Amino acid sequence: MNLMIAILFYLATLFFVVGLFHRIRVYASTPAPLKIPTTPAPTTTGGVVLRMTREVVFFESLFKANLWTWAMGWMFHAGMALVLMRHLRYFTEPVWGWVVLIQPFGIYAGIAMLIGLCGLWTRRLFVERIRYISTPSDHLMLLLLIGIVSSGLLMQFFVHTDVIAVKNYFQGLLNFNIQPLPVDITLALHLLSVVMLLVIFPISKLLHAPGVFFSPTRNQTDNPRENRHLSTWAAKLESEK
Amino acid sequence: MADITAPAYRIIPIIPALIPDAMAGKGPYVANDKINEAIGFPGQLVEDWHDRAIAKMGELLSKYRSLKVFMDACVHCGACSDKCHYFIGTQDPKNMPVARQDLMRSVYRRYFTLPGKWFPKLVGARDLTREVLDEWHNYFYQCSECRRCSVFCPYGIDTAEVTMAAREILDSVGYGQKYSNEIIGKVHKIGNNLGLPGPALIDTLEGLEEDVKEATGIDVRFPIDVKGAEVLLITPSADFFAEPHIDSLIGYAKVFHATGTSWTLSSMSSEAGNFGMFIGNYDQLRKIAMRIRQAALELGVKRIVVGECGHAWRVAYSFWNTLTGVGDGADANDKFAQMLQKQLDHRYKQPMHICEFTWDMIEDERLSFDKSLNDKHIITFHDSCNVARGSRMGNLPGGQFEIPRNIIKAVANNFVEMSPNTTHERTFCCGGGGGLLTDDLLELRVKGALPRMEVLQQAVDEHGVNFMATICAICKAQFTKIMPIYGFDRRMVGGVHQLVSNAIILGDKK
Repeated sequence: MNLMIAILFYLATLFFVVGLFHRIRVYASTPAPLKIPTTPAPTTTGGVVLRMTREVVFFESLFKANLWTWAMGWMFHAGMALVLMRHLRYFTEPVWGWVVLIQPFGIYAGIAMLIGLCGLWTRRLFVERIRYISTPSDHLMLLLLIGIVSSGLLMQFFVHTDVIAVKNYFQGLLNFNIQPLPVDITLALHLLSVVMLLVIFPISKLLHAPGVFFSPTRNQTDNPRENRHLSTWAAKLESEK
Repeated sequence: MADITAPAYRIIPIIPALIPDAMAGKGPYVANDKINEAIGFPGQLVEDWHDRAIAKMGELLSKYRSLKVFMDACVHCGACSDKCHYFIGTQDPKNMPVARQDLMRSVYRRYFTLPGKWFPKLVGARDLTREVLDEWHNYFYQCSECRRCSVFCPYGIDTAEVTMAAREILDSVGYGQKYSNEIIGKVHKIGNNLGLPGPALIDTLEGLEEDVKEATGIDVRFPIDVKGAEVLLITPSADFFAEPHIDSLIGYAKVFHATGTSWTLSSMSSEAGNFGMFIGNYDQLRKIAMRIRQAALELGVKRIVVGECGHAWRVAYSFWNTLTGVGDGADANDKFAQMLQKQLDHRYKQPMHICEFTWDMIEDERLSFDKSLNDKHIITFHDSCNVARGSRMGNLPGGQFEIPRNIIKAVANNFVEMSPNTTHERTFCCGGGGGLLTDDLLELRVKGALPRMEVLQQAVDEHGVNFMATICAICKAQFTKIMPIYGFDRRMVGGVHQLVSNAIILGDKK
């Protein structure tokens, strides 16, 4: 069991990292031949950074679109950010000061995540339009995330697991020295779901996370009259003449 | 066509319930052999369409980052699902932006992603069958590429980009749309979308000079093919003969006259519109835009000004510099662009919108108006989608909203806004953009105009609005056609420069 989960984690992490980098490389190397920012758009690079920051941190466009989806989605994502940071305590020794500081908030963040996810799923199940556009994988991904969050919260509040041993295990993983893992069904469920998520990430809609940074409608500066924007393949058309 | 009626206004603008397949089979006419072959597309659906379509899709995915990212990034959150005017008007779920994208995304997943290859059902992937291809033809020609959905998408996914790619794929297998492809053929052959030949154009302009002389007593000229003129005006060909477009053309001419600007039209390049964008074909887009470059070089003009046309302004503002070098800032080694950019006068923006031109002149106090001549109008302004979300005017973001409004306020006393949820970047398409301004899509056009008509009615009821100004030839043509179906007078629609024309004081400044 120790070894199996270790191997799965190694493989999943490898797949996640390689897959994700591959995708990012594809996005970065695919040309954007035309200027297509959704206007009004910033005219300077600084402005674009601000726009992207508002988009990534506050979900500005979603806020304009639908307050419910925004609230649920933002709660889930912000919660996840905190929870992920909180989990750094399993990978650092000694634990970094700021990670210690956020530990209590991380718990509330977990609850916020769960509420957000349930809200999003409710919407997906009961709003006719959203149900129409949902594929089975959309539902299953929410279920998977709900599984990860609930098993985590369960261990936090009800069926405590030996977190010292868990930390030992992950410290071991980092040093390729496999340690015993507590035999605990909730923990196993939690970890295996995370493995699943790592595998799904680079081949699914979860690519929205890196994707948003490459979205030409959001990351382009609005200066087509001032600067000539020409992609390599488009430039070739000119030399042909 | 007479049996097409306007859908009922929603009392409160609730999101409509779904009516699956409400618009199935209501797509546009298919282009025939003659039309397709004239612009280099296969005449009709080729036998190996499946393989060629998938290959084309792969090619586009490698050439356009937008398409690649947009295919991957959608999480089906539904933010866009109630934002499309065609969905609101038709209630067909496949007219929800996300569902429209999914018509292609499902095929993308099947052929270009691992989960789609292994577990198609799970991730909603499907084979490209003839039924799917037909569905593409039907629904990707029910999108006006207005980009309203892209405003609300948390990843900026722009359905217009997906629609353009789909149309490009359809054209590559000989399954394009009659209306757009026919028009593109005319531009290449004659120089404008209407197929108006040079002599007829010259005739029309002479007639206009007489009309204006009769109405004002002043010799306002409509020059054409004048070498060495300062300004080349590129305007939608509808401005030459359609109502109410022509009144704006008269407005531009009066502005040039009153400011003593030497200007010219070009008989070779008598079209601002560029349907190459609508069908997503870079070569066509470029080839059509090249006519403008050619005219500018031949006539030796210093400035290029673009008339009231929405998508044309997007192409001009956002794409011309890329496509043809009409703009500024080309690399010193970029001979192609430098050849033209050296000729242009960079004290001015290149290209410049006619509204920017007129507003600059108003700010310089080189124009004067008798605003009372527009007093019969209570005016509102319809932001055209491509101007609002695909371009800019002036120096600041949002100038495309402020400048036309500033002009209206400078030439008229009564101006009111429509509901803020339907103006500026949130404006609704008129219902006829993106290559859909054709009678075979009239039902779609009528239904797609619903959200705009609702708020116009509101403005009429609350403020007595009797004139909706707009700066787009397609908006003008679409509204004059469909507004009577909603019970409005067709003359309620007109251009911003029509209002300028009404109020401008010609001759000596007071």
